[in-house]
Amino acid sequence: MVHYFDIVIRSIFLENLPLTFFLGMCTFVAISKQVKAAVGLGAAVLFIQVITVPINNLIYTYLLKPGALAWAGQPELDLSFLGLLTYIAIIAAVVQILEMVIDRFLPALYNTLGIFLPLLTVNCAIFAGTLFMVERDYTFGESVAYGFGSGAGFFLAVVVLAGIRERLEYADPPAGLRGLGLTFITVGWIAMAFMGLAGLEM
Amino acid sequence: MAETNLELLTSSVFKRNPIALLVLGICSSLAVTGQMTTALVMSICVGLVTAFSSMTISLVRHQIPNSVRIGLQIIVAATLVILVDQYLKAYYFSLSKQLSIYVGLIITNCILLGRAEGFAMSNPPIPSFIDGIANGLGYGFILMSVASVRELLGSGSLFGIEILPLTTNGGWYLRNGLLVLPVCGFFLIALIIWTLRTLDPNQQEKE
Repeated sequence: MVHYFDIVIRSIFLENLPLTFFLGMCTFVAISKQVKAAVGLGAAVLFIQVITVPINNLIYTYLLKPGALAWAGQPELDLSFLGLLTYIAIIAAVVQILEMVIDRFLPALYNTLGIFLPLLTVNCAIFAGTLFMVERDYTFGESVAYGFGSGAGFFLAVVVLAGIRERLEYADPPAGLRGLGLTFITVGWIAMAFMGLAGLEM
Repeated sequence: MAETNLELLTSSVFKRNPIALLVLGICSSLAVTGQMTTALVMSICVGLVTAFSSMTISLVRHQIPNSVRIGLQIIVAATLVILVDQYLKAYYFSLSKQLSIYVGLIITNCILLGRAEGFAMSNPPIPSFIDGIANGLGYGFILMSVASVRELLGSGSLFGIEILPLTTNGGWYLRNGLLVLPVCGFFLIALIIWTLRTLDPNQQEKE
């Protein structure tokens, strides 16, 4: 149990996807002008991560890993080179299905997450969650913990950034720095603050 | 298109730089800029994949049904990235370990999809190919600028060759640990954006 908790804490604070690995930057910077939108985006990322990382883990373990097809009588087959193509297809399919299901059954949630869902198919953070899971050879249980942790890390980072950017509306920076430049500097400071948590261990 | 191929090539490097001005593809660009070598390899990979995917999309653009075009673009990109990834693993194994997941992440690179959707869908194959190369160059330009500062001041070397002799090796240069950290990438990108936007006031954001 402690081991899973460790993965969650680690992926939220120490290996935060946008702040430490620069992943999902495009959406991260684009949709962090207001806290309300940022909460919606963060929740959508969290939601998709929790679902896609474990699904891709199952696909990898039972279909793609070297020797994974032993149950089908093909113990020597190694399909791991098809990984990239498979994962992105799975993510795209899951996002599409989720969007339809939420639209049909949970209209209130759809209003908050709806516009972000299609956008997230090609989000680096979502795809990276899966790739890190494969690279680190997580088990199914670990992949659930990692999916949750990495999604929650993105949520935290984007909401914090949006909170700061709302305040920066009143600032008066040099013209060339306005908007994007200032946002990058802010992200740098947040990332630096997160570095203070290094060494945190369960 | 009124632009000639040469104009196409140069405008993407400076006037319409994908990273600095359109804020595309920054996701992967910062993490690989600790060293010049990885930055260079990454730029080449992105340039080639963008160029060939744009060309392929452009070749079949009249046959693609509108409703499945995004899916198709991703599949073309993913196939090309698998080729690049397998090639790196086979011939440059240590490099591919260093780049780790970032090669795979080229698939979700916004530049790639942005060019496929924004340019290749409405232009013939050859300009699309050149446009892809040009965007790869624009991407590489920012990557190499960030990497050169980070490697020179952070480790005193360029492409792994020692330029500033470090104090640890009996030289005079005390290396700056901050520049090796990922955080520094954010500040350097901000400075580049600031410089480019000051030089070209049209790019500045309005109040």
